[in-house]
Amino acid sequence: MDITGSTTGQLLDAMQDGTVSAVDVTQAYLDEISAHGETIGAFLSVNSEGSLAQAAEVDRKRSAGEALGKLAGLPVAVKDNICTKGLSTTCASRMLENFVPPYDAHVTTQLQSADAVIIGKANLDEFAMGSSTENSALKVTRNPWNTDHAPGGSSGGSAAAVGARLAPLGIGSDTGGSIRQPASFCGVVGMKPTYGRVSRYGLVAFASSLDQIGPFATDVTGTARLLESIAGYDARDSTSVDQPVPNYSATVDQPLEGLRVGVVSEFFGDGIDSDVDSSVRAAIDVYRSLGAEVSEVSLPHTKYAVATYYLIACSEASSNLARYDGVHYGRRAEQFENMIDMYAASRAEGFGPEVKRRIMLGVFALSEGYSDQYYLKALKVRRLIRNDFDTALENVDVLAGPTCPTPAFKIGELVDDPLQMYLSDICTISANLAGIPGVSVPAGFSSNALPIGLQLLAGPFEEEKLLRAARMFERETDWHTKRPTFS
Amino acid sequence: MEFTPIIGLEVHVQLLTKSKLFCGCPNLFNPDNPNVQTCPVCIGLPGSLPVMNQEALRLSQKTAMALNLNLANFTKWDRKQYYYPDLPKAYQISQFDLPFSYDGWVEVTLPSSGETTKVRLIRAHLEEDAGKNMHDESGRGGDSKVDLNRTGTPLLEIVSEPDIRCAEEARVFLEELRLLLRYIEVSDCNMQEGSMRCDANVNLHVHEDGEKIPTPIVEVKNLNSFRGVEAAIEYEIKRQVKAWETDRKRIGDVPKETRGWDADRGQTFAQRGKEDAADYRYFPDPDLVPVTTTDEQLEAIRATLCVFPADRRKSYVNDLGLSEYDASVIVDQGREYADYFDEVTSVCGDGKQAANWLTQDVQRELNDRKIEIAEFSISAAVLGSVLQKIVKGDITIKSGREVFAELLKQSDDGTTVSAESVDAIIADKGLGKEQDTGKIDAAIQAVIDNERNAKAVEDVRGGKQQAVGPLIGQVMRELKGADAGSVRQMIIDKLTS
Repeated sequence: MDITGSTTGQLLDAMQDGTVSAVDVTQAYLDEISAHGETIGAFLSVNSEGSLAQAAEVDRKRSAGEALGKLAGLPVAVKDNICTKGLSTTCASRMLENFVPPYDAHVTTQLQSADAVIIGKANLDEFAMGSSTENSALKVTRNPWNTDHAPGGSSGGSAAAVGARLAPLGIGSDTGGSIRQPASFCGVVGMKPTYGRVSRYGLVAFASSLDQIGPFATDVTGTARLLESIAGYDARDSTSVDQPVPNYSATVDQPLEGLRVGVVSEFFGDGIDSDVDSSVRAAIDVYRSLGAEVSEVSLPHTKYAVATYYLIACSEASSNLARYDGVHYGRRAEQFENMIDMYAASRAEGFGPEVKRRIMLGVFALSEGYSDQYYLKALKVRRLIRNDFDTALENVDVLAGPTCPTPAFKIGELVDDPLQMYLSDICTISANLAGIPGVSVPAGFSSNALPIGLQLLAGPFEEEKLLRAARMFERETDWHTKRPTFS
Repeated sequence: MEFTPIIGLEVHVQLLTKSKLFCGCPNLFNPDNPNVQTCPVCIGLPGSLPVMNQEALRLSQKTAMALNLNLANFTKWDRKQYYYPDLPKAYQISQFDLPFSYDGWVEVTLPSSGETTKVRLIRAHLEEDAGKNMHDESGRGGDSKVDLNRTGTPLLEIVSEPDIRCAEEARVFLEELRLLLRYIEVSDCNMQEGSMRCDANVNLHVHEDGEKIPTPIVEVKNLNSFRGVEAAIEYEIKRQVKAWETDRKRIGDVPKETRGWDADRGQTFAQRGKEDAADYRYFPDPDLVPVTTTDEQLEAIRATLCVFPADRRKSYVNDLGLSEYDASVIVDQGREYADYFDEVTSVCGDGKQAANWLTQDVQRELNDRKIEIAEFSISAAVLGSVLQKIVKGDITIKSGREVFAELLKQSDDGTTVSAESVDAIIADKGLGKEQDTGKIDAAIQAVIDNERNAKAVEDVRGGKQQAVGPLIGQVMRELKGADAGSVRQMIIDKLTS
């Protein structure tokens, strides 16, 4: 059996009928990581011994006839900003290079109770700040479809791991597109759930009101299966919402009758790559051919989304990252004069340039005399953006457009142009501001053989609808079955 | 020079919750075991999130009701950002523009003048406390240490209007606040342990040529005793008078100054505050949701309130006929003391009798034994039953004292005394008031007939009333439970009619 070429459904079936053991599965992925891990650079740490032990425990449970979780024996690449007790959680930052959390994130606990295998901790932009994973202070991650290109970000490690079949499943976090954009770049399915759908407890905060944990898989069904295992209310996260979690994987194959698709005109604006434009329009034609009612819709405040996002995200980040001061844990400078200098030196050494840039932006936006015109104004515009979605979704079921205006750019291409890099998130950012769910599905390739993603968005807590709509498209196409070749 | 001191207080009070404000760690004063009451949330580990302690908000709302504050149905949490080693997240979760309560007042009576004033309150809000930094005081430059046991414990900040006009009023305000908060059982307000802390804002309004000139405001921080608050404000007023006379600086001429209080030297001193020109960059905490409280929920809290000290004093004077002084003495001892008094009163049916016993006999025992009323071995029910017998005329006050002494003796010997003990003591000692007038009459007649008393009997007959004393004594020796007053009257009646 070609383990690493299989979908999660095929792997679960094979383990169930005894074709392969959970240890076989984990070992196959560990071998793949040994062979190609350094080419891709997806992992900051590989949990070799721990994952084999978890897999062996799954095999033991199965042979003992004990109940098994929904992800039994499936390896998962977990973004390294999610706390794993006893396994280092670095946020790809010098600041937390040696930080080993004494507690598990809610998502980590959920994965364990679903009998998943945590195979390693995946690379990211430092503290999830970036769109290419190039802001990792610890490692370079490469796009499995072309290693000269970036995997996207900030969850670039998780996306690249799944894209390169170094793990069948991945966990990321999405603050402004950090799951959907790298999913699109790496040719996999990635989903940002509704804000509050998955507990943030144990996710190292970047921007608390925007951050949301979500799944990666090679196909929509795997995505549904992972989402239903991690979603749900958690009393430790005050922003977690107490709503039942539907059995997404059970309904994902049911097509939606009379689906109404709204094509967001603003997502096809200036700067969209022609390959992306034609691939996404072709994808929308697939829905037409399936009998869906397709119409144009407008989200008029989209042009303010990037500015609004960077004000809110950086403001919250400046506060969330203040705790890394060298006093209680994390990096402390060796040379300093006094207390204030210890703070300054530790933070100067510990943070990379993009993190510093965002902290400074946030401090400024929240400062006395400026917060009215920046932070508070941004909150008001955020409400207008949310209203745009409410209005648009009155008449359609899902919104469609590209995940990203371009396919993966080259490593180093945009690092000196942060503004251009920020525009990479233009189609994804609004969903975070509005708190609604979104998914990116493989929808073709560019002329230079880089994946292109179709983004679908829906109303709050409509993940089930979103996954079924995504599956309708996937069933008609074979983009998700393509595998990159790399050496 | 004519001037008016203008004083406002900021009081921080720790709430008596079981756990901290945003996590499940115990809320206990535990300075001897640093950093044991901590978890990922209160030490601000990456990824941890706060969850509001409902009980802390409930106690805060209860307090606000006692302080006549308006309660908001909608309130939210904000981050106040500054760097300090005792603040692990580098921000404090507090309340900025929408505190849960606003606009209240506390009534205080100054002992020196008897004058009653209302000190208005601007607001009370809830926030998390910081930890404690401990510095090497040997002067050898050792490392500073941080204890995070206190980090994240619930702290209520009560801010007064600058309505206070003298140091005594500030002290009395604080004392009344402490009494009130202890009555409603929201805080133990122990200034030494830091569960009540006070900062004072002081300046002067100088009256000159019909003009009122405000001088620069000085904040005196970390006052940790009632005497300290009074002394620091007194010192500060004198210092500011001198400062005005030398430099004539008005408010706005210099930035607000922060001063510390040196209790040993009895002086305030200039402090380089951590918040010089601070910009706290307040913004709503995105990890917490706004809190709404319905009027029904607030009414349910109001129903748990007890009678407040001020109302209790008034009712003791108006309903029980106590003097203002006695009423205050009882109420100011604390809720348990006043509750004890109330129970004694309700059992014996006479507040004045209860007040006399509490402020004299009981208080003397408490003082001698250095104990609180809660530890006193004679329960309110037992004392009440003794006093009830006095009130009903079953025993004399003198006999009551004997019963009281015997009850103490028995409980010191390890017996739990009860109302039955009271009856037993009265029976054993024959303290029951003699009601059989025939028996009393016979005893009186015997004394009159005794030849040794011939002279006294003659004197009484001749109108020399003081001669009756020895005769009463002899009758009383015969009949222990008799009432001396009525015996006296009977002898006089017998000899003069």
